[in-house]
Amino acid sequence: MSSETKQILTTDGIPLEISLKKAERKNKIKAFLLVAPLLLFLIITYVFPIGEMFTRSIDDKMITNMLPKTFKSMEQWDGKELPSEEVFASFLSDFKILVENKKHGKLAQRLNKEKNGFTSVVKKLFRQVKRNKIDETQNIKEQIMKVHKRWRDVEYWQAIKRTAPPYTSAKYLKAMDMYLNEDNKIVQVSEDRRIHRILWLRTVEVAFFVTVFCFLMGYPIAHLLATLPMKYSNLLMICVLLPFWTSLLVRTASWMILLQQQGVVNDFFVIIGLVSDDNRPEMMYNKVGTYVAMTQILLPFMVLPLYSVMKTISPSLMRAGKSLGGTPFVAFWKVYFPLTIPGIGAGCLLVFILAIGYYITPALVGGASGTLISNQIAYHMKTTLDWSFASAMGLMLLGGVLVIYWLYNKLVGVDNIKLG
Amino acid sequence: MSKNTEFVKFAKVDKSYDGKVLVVKDLNLNISEGEFITMLGPSGSGKTTCLMMLAGFETPTNGEIYLDSSPISNIPPHKRGIGMVFQNYALFPHMTVFENLAFPLRVRKIEKEEIEKKVDKALSMVSLSGFESRMPAQLSGGQQQRVAVARALVFDPAVVLMDEPLGALDKNLRESMQYEIKHIHENIGVTVVYVTHDQGEALTMSNRIAVFNDGKVQQLSSPDKLYEEPVNSFVAEFIGENNTFGGEVVDISKDVCKVKLNKGEILANPVSVESKGDKTTVSIRPERALINPKNKMDNNQIGKIEEVIYHGDHTRVRLDLLGNKEFILKVPNSSNELDLKLGNEIKVGWNSQDARALDPK
Repeated sequence: MSSETKQILTTDGIPLEISLKKAERKNKIKAFLLVAPLLLFLIITYVFPIGEMFTRSIDDKMITNMLPKTFKSMEQWDGKELPSEEVFASFLSDFKILVENKKHGKLAQRLNKEKNGFTSVVKKLFRQVKRNKIDETQNIKEQIMKVHKRWRDVEYWQAIKRTAPPYTSAKYLKAMDMYLNEDNKIVQVSEDRRIHRILWLRTVEVAFFVTVFCFLMGYPIAHLLATLPMKYSNLLMICVLLPFWTSLLVRTASWMILLQQQGVVNDFFVIIGLVSDDNRPEMMYNKVGTYVAMTQILLPFMVLPLYSVMKTISPSLMRAGKSLGGTPFVAFWKVYFPLTIPGIGAGCLLVFILAIGYYITPALVGGASGTLISNQIAYHMKTTLDWSFASAMGLMLLGGVLVIYWLYNKLVGVDNIKLG
Repeated sequence: MSKNTEFVKFAKVDKSYDGKVLVVKDLNLNISEGEFITMLGPSGSGKTTCLMMLAGFETPTNGEIYLDSSPISNIPPHKRGIGMVFQNYALFPHMTVFENLAFPLRVRKIEKEEIEKKVDKALSMVSLSGFESRMPAQLSGGQQQRVAVARALVFDPAVVLMDEPLGALDKNLRESMQYEIKHIHENIGVTVVYVTHDQGEALTMSNRIAVFNDGKVQQLSSPDKLYEEPVNSFVAEFIGENNTFGGEVVDISKDVCKVKLNKGEILANPVSVESKGDKTTVSIRPERALINPKNKMDNNQIGKIEEVIYHGDHTRVRLDLLGNKEFILKVPNSSNELDLKLGNEIKVGWNSQDARALDPK
């Protein structure tokens, strides 16, 4: 017993564990210092922006800061009848500060997002305040209610109250074509305004089919690469890698030249008599263009992991399968194919994740029916300047990718992935 | 039961990969049923190509291969019913031992219970019962090899091909596996075609050995005959150790010929020389030349000791004899009364019957 519990000492009498730690500390520090620049880089360029995106996407502090007193006095209000005189008074005092700072426009904009019709209401109140028409010694509630009939409508006050929390999930709901209604229930927007859900579905659909096409085309190529003699396989490898060395924009542009209605492919179809000259099919500015161009661009990401896995599969395994009586198909299906699954997993995951966030190619060749969610994100980043909405969609995309990764891990196991 | 002596038959088989060089030239080889035949030769001698042609992974450029009297050149590998053990075992890494063994049975649509019975039997044959659920990566090299052998035998093939199956094992394991494979062959009587470049392996295991060189079978005979009576200098050189003298025949009768060397003359057994003036290489096995022979021998020469190497059970002595400085003698450890010192001159004798006058190199 005692010998088991006794601490093991080194020759010099220092406990072995401490001595070992001491001996390895230097190496550990060295290893950490080597990865430190990358770690720092990742934190600055990845973790920090994502955190920033997240706060931006749920941030609703602007209006909270604009109407501090109003929200404070609204805490007691049950939200069923019109609010009390106190609420009206604090709203007026908040509003006056905003008018002084010329921020009432922003308030109107924000409130209008919550409920349509706020713009004119706020504008009217602004004019009254500017002309000092409202007497603070009298009943403020009565005076404000006279400014516009909507101030008498409890729904508008409810809308104001809904903006009180400093955080909001509105952007996420909006990305799903939903919103929080007056009763704090999540409902769908009217059918003619549901645009985002179509985009999400289309994005997933395009990413899925691009992955399938890449797999169907990449598998035989990778197999050929892995089995051809060196001098041919090197040439083929260069052909596979060549697109990597060409600018993405150039590749997409060349697809535009090929696929447009007066383009090379259509000309060829007309020459061989497949289609008539006045009835050229549209192969661009729709999903076809997106599929073709994205498949070509993402193909290397499928071929390379597959190739690296296939390279390690000994050709004698297929031979063994055949010599044991399996037809070539059985030998392939039972022996070769299962061994390539790690490569398939890696390739599909890589292509799918890249495809789901693809932007330039669908923007250029996709047209209206070929744009994806990332184009919508870019649109809100650049045109509407609704960054918080763009952030929300970006994070949803990231979340989706993580879910796929998690699913993959459950089904296949991430340890099985082989990227190179 | 009369055995088919032409169970496997190579008839005038040529094989070329590039249309310029023949790797197998005019191969004619009959293998009888139940035989253990080894194709032995240096690398690049065409032995593996022959095996691959028999398995169906290569097609003969010319000629035909018959299995049980029917030509098989147009039959794909999976329909030939030939078991094969590969150089690196080629066990399916994603299947358990059981699944590996069941593979050839499942593709033949054999019933489940029958499969289990056969797999059990095959595993106990290679003494690996209880290893069914292991993955190949969890087995040692020798165990993997045995699984590979069991897998090649489990579907009762008529012929089993083995392509240097023991090449990756260490020396002790290789030797014990040699005996094991030999015993399996003896027990089940399957026809085995074995390819190796290890002459020790070939001599231990085979009924007959085909020595390959340069795309041709140099000699096809039983192990003892191959060693004792090589028909040409390649075989003599390739199998076992060998002392050679190059010379010219100066006198020849039926049983004996006189060969003139650079220094001196010796008597030899005329194997492949026919007339006076023929160039020849005389080959003598080291153990056939004795020091201070007690019996009368018809070749008696004096040699100078150049080197003595202790080998435990025997001592190798390198002599300078008749101008050949690489003349090796094997002295058994029991004859310790001999005075083996560097520079000593000793008497060496051998029978002309054991000195085979073969083709010149």
